[in-house]
Amino acid sequence: MRSEIYELRFEISDLKLRYGPLQSEIRNSQFEIPRMPAPTLTTRIAVAERPADTPAARTGAAAKISVRNLNFFYGKTQALHDVSLEIPERIVMAFIGPSGCGKSTLLRTLNRMNDVIPATRVEGEVIMDGRDIYEAGTDVVDLRRKVGMVFQKSNPFPKTIFDNVAYGLRINRLAKTKSELADRVEQALNDAALWSEVKDRLHTSALSLSGGQQQRLCIARALAVRPEVVLMDEPASALDPIATSKIEELIVDLKKRYTIVIVTHNMQQAARVSDTTAFFLLGKLIEVNSTEKMFTNPTEKLTEDYITGRFG
Amino acid sequence: MDQTIAEHRSPPTVNWKHLLAPTGNTGDAVFRGLLFAAALLMVLIAGAMIVALAVKSMPSIRQFGFHFLTSSEWNPVKSEFGALPFIYGTIVSSLIALVISVPLSLGIAIFLVEQAPRQVARPVTFLIELLAAIPSVVYGLWGIFVLAPFLRVHVEPSLQHWFGWLPLFKGPITGIGLLTGGIILAIMVTPIISAVVRDVLAAVPGSQREAALALGATKWETTRVVLVNGAPGIAGAVILGLGRAIGETMAVTMVIGNRAHISASLFDSSYTIASAIANEFTEATQDLYLSALVELGLILFLVTFIVNAIARVLVWNVTRKMSGVSSAV
Repeated sequence: MRSEIYELRFEISDLKLRYGPLQSEIRNSQFEIPRMPAPTLTTRIAVAERPADTPAARTGAAAKISVRNLNFFYGKTQALHDVSLEIPERIVMAFIGPSGCGKSTLLRTLNRMNDVIPATRVEGEVIMDGRDIYEAGTDVVDLRRKVGMVFQKSNPFPKTIFDNVAYGLRINRLAKTKSELADRVEQALNDAALWSEVKDRLHTSALSLSGGQQQRLCIARALAVRPEVVLMDEPASALDPIATSKIEELIVDLKKRYTIVIVTHNMQQAARVSDTTAFFLLGKLIEVNSTEKMFTNPTEKLTEDYITGRFG
Repeated sequence: MDQTIAEHRSPPTVNWKHLLAPTGNTGDAVFRGLLFAAALLMVLIAGAMIVALAVKSMPSIRQFGFHFLTSSEWNPVKSEFGALPFIYGTIVSSLIALVISVPLSLGIAIFLVEQAPRQVARPVTFLIELLAAIPSVVYGLWGIFVLAPFLRVHVEPSLQHWFGWLPLFKGPITGIGLLTGGIILAIMVTPIISAVVRDVLAAVPGSQREAALALGATKWETTRVVLVNGAPGIAGAVILGLGRAIGETMAVTMVIGNRAHISASLFDSSYTIASAIANEFTEATQDLYLSALVELGLILFLVTFIVNAIARVLVWNVTRKMSGVSSAV
């Protein structure tokens, strides 16, 4: 079984290596989601890669976050319409949908990052661990420590690699001694599969890393404070295929310990990394289902049309 | 593309026609020539100024040599000229200005960019830019009639009462002197520094703030990240302010007392290089006197030049440290 999985993995990465550059070329040339001729093929392989390790998705394990009747407004424009969604613990949930469908907006309501945008308004509830994070008196700083975030464009601070990862630990006073700080930085870099590449240059500028390394550094920085949920907003959209596959492997690995919500434009990516997928269109949640079902036999006609590339 | 660059960089055989019109277009050649002339003119003017100052100050340089910089005797009647009091007055008044205006400007800029709602930030920004445009004579008048009496009656006595044991705050209180000069400079320099710092902070990408916020940073911690990002620009803004303070003439002349001596007390009168030149030019009837004033001008020119050079190096160093090798490409 194991060896089969590895073989499949090898095949997948081989496919990625071959078609990845083509994919990004298409992306660059058209500025829209690539209509790949064979998404279903990739999907099948990817789903087969994880035979039965997604019980949570099917049995509906305890919800880490429940979104209830959420409406979101940018000024007078309504970006989310009555979205209700359960995000179970320790799975990877993917939000897919065309540009402007509200998937990033929804992601950013989960750690109240939209608060910093002026003239925005939220209606409805986001229940996390039994409490509405939008109720008065919520400690937003504490919420954001528990709900980490990785952004579309890597955004390391203009500091050393070490100081980047240590930042969250320092401001939240999570390490008592210097050696504890160093240990947790090492651990976070290990978790982000970056340690071996940077261990000899921890005190050089983070900006000297490659794009893919910078993004993994940002993941390490988010993981260092040991969040309960990690939100990822198209974390690989600016990366080449090899860096992308590294991030994807990382995501699959991380769900053992974290609840992960990932927004992606790339449906194959959603298929490869997620257990559950939610499809959005024009600010409405169209369908949420196990990823396998979503990509092989979706309930909604709209989902099927989108996944097979009929629009988007 | 690479080829043309390579050709431009081969100096032995300068092909003027090609240099002026690499595209072979006459309009481009004319345009390029005009731009080149404009740039060249600036270099020539700067060079001509240095040469003129150096030539005119030769009599004084020959007479006093290095002693000019270390002597504090400025006595036109005896033809004794030493620049030290002016250098001292210039540096100390500029330092007072920076000590007051830098924290103030940072506070203003941070408030405008990070805290203030847009309805407040816009008019305040406009006002600050307006302040930067007020002629310095107006600041000087205000200094004489409002600031100096205010300092004499309200500020300086209490400073002397509480900190009189420091040599800085000893001596008679007149309201005219180094402290007043420094404060008026601070008021003049603050709009400039805060306007530039505001632009610098506003240019820090929002993704940096989001990165900090998403890690559980408070407003203050996020602001510190923004400041780290803007550090080179902030250093540049401070140097710009310093340059203005060093060269400022009119307002300072009106409130600093204009007496060429060095005193530890900030309440005492003083003199700056720029004020001395402006005040004494008409009185300078002897050649040596005139030459000494021109040499003061040369010193001012060099001081400003050195300050700017240090600033460049500082900014360059910080930028280089911040940005890695690959991102610089």
